Order: sequence, then C-alpha cells, then structure tokens
Amino acid sequence: MIANELKKRALELLADGTVARVLGWQPGELEHDWSPALFENAKDMEGFVYGKYAGANLSKYCLKLNKAEGKTLVMLKPCDTFSFNQLLHEHRLNRENFYIIGVGCKGMEDQNGLLLKCTCCKGKTHEIYDEIIDDEEARQPMPEADRFEQVSKLEQMSHEERFEFWRNELSRCIRCNACRNVCPACTCVKCVFDNPNSGIASKANVTDFEENMFHIIRAYHVAGRCTDCGECSRVCPQNIPLHLLNRKFIKDMNELYGDYQAGVGEEERTPMTSYTLGDVEPGIVHERGNE
Amino acid sequence: MMRKFAAAKVEDIIKSIPMPVYAPIEENGLVQYDRYEEGAKLNLDTCKTEKSPKDVLFPQWEDMMHFRVEGKNISLTEQERCSQDYVLFGARACDLKAFEVLDRVFLVDPVDTYYAARRAHGITVAIACGQPEDTCFCGVFGIDPANPTADVVLWKAGEEYYAEAQTKRGEELMANWETEEANAADVEPVKAEITKKLAEKPFANLSLKGLDGDHMMEMFGSDKWKKLSMACLGCGSCTFVCPTCQCYDIRDYDSGKDIQRYRCWDSCMYSDFTLMAHGTNRPTQVERYRQRFMHKLCYYPANNEGLYSCVGCGRCVRKCPMNLNIVKVIKALGEENK
Amino acid sequence: MSVNEKTWKPKVVAFCCNWCSYAGADLAGSGRLAYPAEIKIIRVPCSCRVNPMFILRAFERGADGVIICGCHPGDCHYTSGNYYARRRMTMLFSMLDFLGIERGRTRVEWVSAAEGQKFANTMNEFAKTITELGENRKLGDLRCK
Repeated sequence: MIANELKKRALELLADGTVARVLGWQPGELEHDWSPALFENAKDMEGFVYGKYAGANLSKYCLKLNKAEGKTLVMLKPCDTFSFNQLLHEHRLNRENFYIIGVGCKGMEDQNGLLLKCTCCKGKTHEIYDEIIDDEEARQPMPEADRFEQVSKLEQMSHEERFEFWRNELSRCIRCNACRNVCPACTCVKCVFDNPNSGIASKANVTDFEENMFHIIRAYHVAGRCTDCGECSRVCPQNIPLHLLNRKFIKDMNELYGDYQAGVGEEERTPMTSYTLGDVEPGIVHERGNE
Repeated sequence: MMRKFAAAKVEDIIKSIPMPVYAPIEENGLVQYDRYEEGAKLNLDTCKTEKSPKDVLFPQWEDMMHFRVEGKNISLTEQERCSQDYVLFGARACDLKAFEVLDRVFLVDPVDTYYAARRAHGITVAIACGQPEDTCFCGVFGIDPANPTADVVLWKAGEEYYAEAQTKRGEELMANWETEEANAADVEPVKAEITKKLAEKPFANLSLKGLDGDHMMEMFGSDKWKKLSMACLGCGSCTFVCPTCQCYDIRDYDSGKDIQRYRCWDSCMYSDFTLMAHGTNRPTQVERYRQRFMHKLCYYPANNEGLYSCVGCGRCVRKCPMNLNIVKVIKALGEENK
Repeated sequence: MSVNEKTWKPKVVAFCCNWCSYAGADLAGSGRLAYPAEIKIIRVPCSCRVNPMFILRAFERGADGVIICGCHPGDCHYTSGNYYARRRMTMLFSMLDFLGIERGRTRVEWVSAAEGQKFANTMNEFAKTITELGENRKLGDLRCK
C-alpha cells in the first residue's frame, strides 16, 4: 500500500520546508466517504489517507491554492495530471507554486463499485510530476474499453430517439451546478449562468429550453479543453450521463480536426483555437451519422 | 383503529383514491416523488428518495403571476392557488417532520399563500421506515421513524401493511380502502425492530450537545469552519435534496410580450445568494458553508424553541460530491463546545 | 399551439458579417432582388463574433431557423475570423444534431459583398427549408410563444 509511503514523503517535504501544505484526502464517517483536505503540519497529516476511495480530482482545488503563500504539495493520479497540465497551458496555474507527487492508481471506487470514469482509463502515465510514488499493482493496465461506444450508439439513433433520450436525461437536472463547479476546465471567475446581468442566469430550469441550453453551453465552453476526467458525471446527484456531451465534442474534434487529447505534453493550440485553410464546412454535420 | 391489507394490494388502493396521489416512483434507477399514474413503477420500500417530498409543497420553481403591458395599461394575472385535495403517499417520519420546519417559515405572518394552499389540501400517508440506511440519523433529532406523524400511518409486517388513521381526514380516506380488522399489538414488534435497527446505524449516537442558539457566537467564531469547508465546491446539491431548506429567489422572465414572475429554490452555497447592491456579505465559500450549518443547528433553533431545522434524513450525506456533510460539522463543532 | 399552415411564416434570423454579407444584402436590396421579409438580419462585425449562445437565444426567443453569413474563407476582413467561426459552428451544429434537433435549422453560408444574387438565393432557399421543417418546437422557450 502506497499510502504510508506518500505520508512519509509528505512529512519529509513539510519538515524541510519545501512545501507549506499538502493537498490530499482524508477519511470520512463511513467507509467510503473520503474528502479532499489540506494538511498543514505533521499533526494534520495523521488524518491523511490514500486508496480506492480517493476518486476526487484535486486539480480544481489548485486554482484556489495558486495564490496561497508557499508551495503546495498536490497528489495527482495519472488522469488528474491531465487536468492540472491543461490548467498550466491556460496559464491558470503557476508551476512553481506546486510540488506534484504523481500517485499510482488502480481504479477508484465508491460504494457502488468502480467509478464510471475509471472504466475508460486514460492510462498509467503521469503527464506532469516532480516525483512518482506508485507500486507494481498500480502499473497494471486497466481493461481497455471504447470510450466513444455510447456516443456512437446515440449517433446511430434517429433524431426523434435522440431527442427523447436527452429529454429524459436532462429533464432530471435540478441545476445544482455540481457538474460545473467540479469541472477543472470551468475556471471563469464569474460564470455567465451566475451573472444576473447576462439575461440567462436562472436558478432553476423553468423550461426544457433552459435545461438544454445550460448543458450545451457547459459542454461547449470546455470543448477542446476538457480532458475527459469524468468528474461531471461522477458528481451529478441525478445520475445524468453528462460526460457523453463532452465526449461527443471530443469525438467530433478527433474525427474532423485530427486526434487531440487536452492536457497532454507542452502548451499548444487546441482544436477550437486553431484552424486550417481546408477545414470542413459546417454543412458536413448534416451529412454525417444517422438521419 | 388498526386495519390491515395485503402488501400486494397497495397499488390497487392507490389507484382507488379519487384524487391526485404523489408517491415514490422509480424511473431510470432513481426513486423520486411524482404524481402516480397508471403504469408508473411504484417503489415504497426505498427508505430515502433522491429528493425529498418538499417538491410537492414547495416545488423547485413555481409560476406566481404574469404581467402584460398593452399601451398604457398593465394587466396582472395571478396564478391560482392549489384548490384540490391530494394525497402524499409513502412519506417518511423525517420528511413529515420537515414539513413542520417549513410550516414555521411559510405559515407565519406574512403567510405564504401558495404554500399554505398546498399544505391545507394535502393528506399524508406515511410509512414507518422498515429499512433505515447507514446515512439515517433522524433519532438524533428526536424523530421516531416507527411512529410518523401523518393522517394515515402504515407499517409493513411481512407481506401485509398495517394501517392506522391518526386524524379525521385520514379516517375518511381509509373508509374507501379494502381492509380487514387488525390487532394493534401486532405492530409493536415491527416498531421495536425499527427502533433497534436505527440504533445500530453509524450515526445513531451523534451528540448535539453544545449546538444550539445559546452557543451562537462560539459556533460562529470557531476556527474549524475553514477546514470543514475547504473541499466545498459551492454547488447546491445539499440544499436541493434537503427536506428543510426553504430559501428561494423571485425572478422575472421577460419574454418580450409577457413578463412571468416565478420563484425558484435558491441556495446559500451560491455566490449570488442574497446579492445586494454593495455586493455580497458572504464573499467566500467558508462564510457560505458556515451559514448553511449555522442556520440548521443554531439560528433556526434559536428562533423556534429549540427545534433544529435538520431532520437527519441523511440525503446531504449521500449526495455531496466531495462527501462533506452535516454529520462532520456536528462532530467537529459539538465536541469543541463540550 | 396549433400552426395554421396557410398563415404561418417562419421566423429566420440571419447573422451577417459587416464587411461582406451585410454588404451583399445591401446589394441584393439595391438590385431589387426579392427575398422573404421574415428574414431578420443582425449585423455583426465578423462571423466569428457569433457566440453559440446567440444562436441558442435566437431559438429561445422564437426563431425557427438561424443562418450565419460571413466572408468567403480567405477573405476575412480580420484575416482569420471566419476560419474560427467555421470550426465553432461545425461543433455547435453537431451538438444540436446530437441532442436530436432537426437538421437544417442552422446553416453557415459564405457571401461576399459582390454576391447580391447569391444572398437572395440563399435566403429564399433557407426560408423554404425552414417552411418545410415547420415550427421550431424542440428548442424554444414556451414562455415566448
């Protein structure tokens, strides 16, 4: 178990002053209800845990900690490093404010078993780190699954079926905004949906249109920046498969503008902030997929 | 008087009720209160619905009135208040206790007539909780899940429901049901079983000591809030699934021709909650988080003879994306004040 | 709401770039070329000024079709605006399609300042398509009906 190793290393880094605080996980009241937490000294660190219930992506919290004094030690699982790296590309984080330990992951769970996002694992490679702490077991590849399977299935449906499918899903939305608030790509200081002057701020979905619009715009605004971390679907209290909207954008961009994975490697232009002279015309949409 | 009927017949009974019935309906794997219609999948065994039956009395959004401007005249059409009796079927003790909490907000002067009309026309049929969940802690707030307060109460014993009307309206409702005579003593073991089960749940022994209106400043000034709220994302999940959260916002929607004035649930977790001209008085999530729990455990009891506005249903425990919840707050702050 | 087929006319919003398509519309006008009066033109500085939200809100407020017109690729007054618009609109249209909104309610067309005839033809054709598709029911706000 690498939890002890992580704790030991974090204590060393705290002790020698390399970092001022540690961003990790703490256990809850039940077996599975772990929460992200900040640890500032050795006494705090007694409550540190790592294991199969550490599903939350900690990159989002780094936005707040970017302004904190001193370095923050942040523990990132391989898929979380994509989000962190993407935030670096967008200049939302300063690399020098963080010390990153890439932690090994063998798939995360909640009380219902393996998380949905882990069924389409992005692999075991950390995109960015100062050091890696993992073990043999955490390097075992996850079984491969086609992450676009459900998107393709929906594309094959007729328009009426698709409309029915999404009405059924989106009509459950209670506009709690958990999907937006958890998203590491959603970094607007003031969201348009929170701005009373925008004319579209609504705290409830009064009509079908508002349900549709919120979810289209949410997914659209992170298109090209979404690393497919799957947190949106994990946190939805109404079990709406929101990741399908994001994956639809990813699939389209891969097919029309070449394969792209946000959060990988060095800073570069995303499909939505670049173009080529020979791009397809928007009319192509009407020729693809099922009528 | 205690009556009983076969559990398999419960759906027939619901069908026979000559007014709208709201009951826990299962759809897409989620159990929620909704209008019962022929063919809907009734689920009365789930202890906790995803959202609470608060929606029935106080829906997430509600049309209040419409304005129309024509020339120099403004015409106003007010929405009609609920005028038809309906039945809320299958509510639990905690959910019904939550109605009392809401009553103390909406039914005091000035009375909220939209809520009042719905409350007056509702007939409640409660079910005693046969299977409390791990996240249940209603007992901590003095609620007895074996003895809900409702017009009619049902207890499930084996393959039978025992039913007892507690009010005159309940008796009238039950008069049309096909039931047989039963012995009230038969229900006692069921009640004992429920009490026993609840006592074995992980949060059964939470202590509320030191959490009340008398400890307001200590609680407010505690330095633990920062740590407790650190992981809070500021989403509204906890407030929207909560059976007692009653904050709302009133907004106008201008369609260009008509103006619709509606109200919708608001959440103290949001940055634009009670936004004023000068900005907000709760600038960070620490203050917003504190507000929610101070309201439940301190401000509300201070204004309502010690009645907490948490009923221990545990929905927020289950739904928080980051697993923050009122139990953690009670444990952290309660001990400190001991 | 029932639609009387004889009297119902589609509402169409056309976002036209200031430098090419809006001038094209002008030329269509001064050339006395006919196109349906139901087309409401909104002038934008460049086709890439069109935020996806504009399109959604047009539908919300009762539009039955939305068309975006800009300079031909390569001719953008700001050198590359229409290239970005092209990608954005492709993605948005694809998402609308994915959500089950009928095809053909949205369109992008490149119209230069010299193409008055093309402008009129495009608008006639688009209005016809929308008339055939009928009223927009899937993406409107009921309160605006």
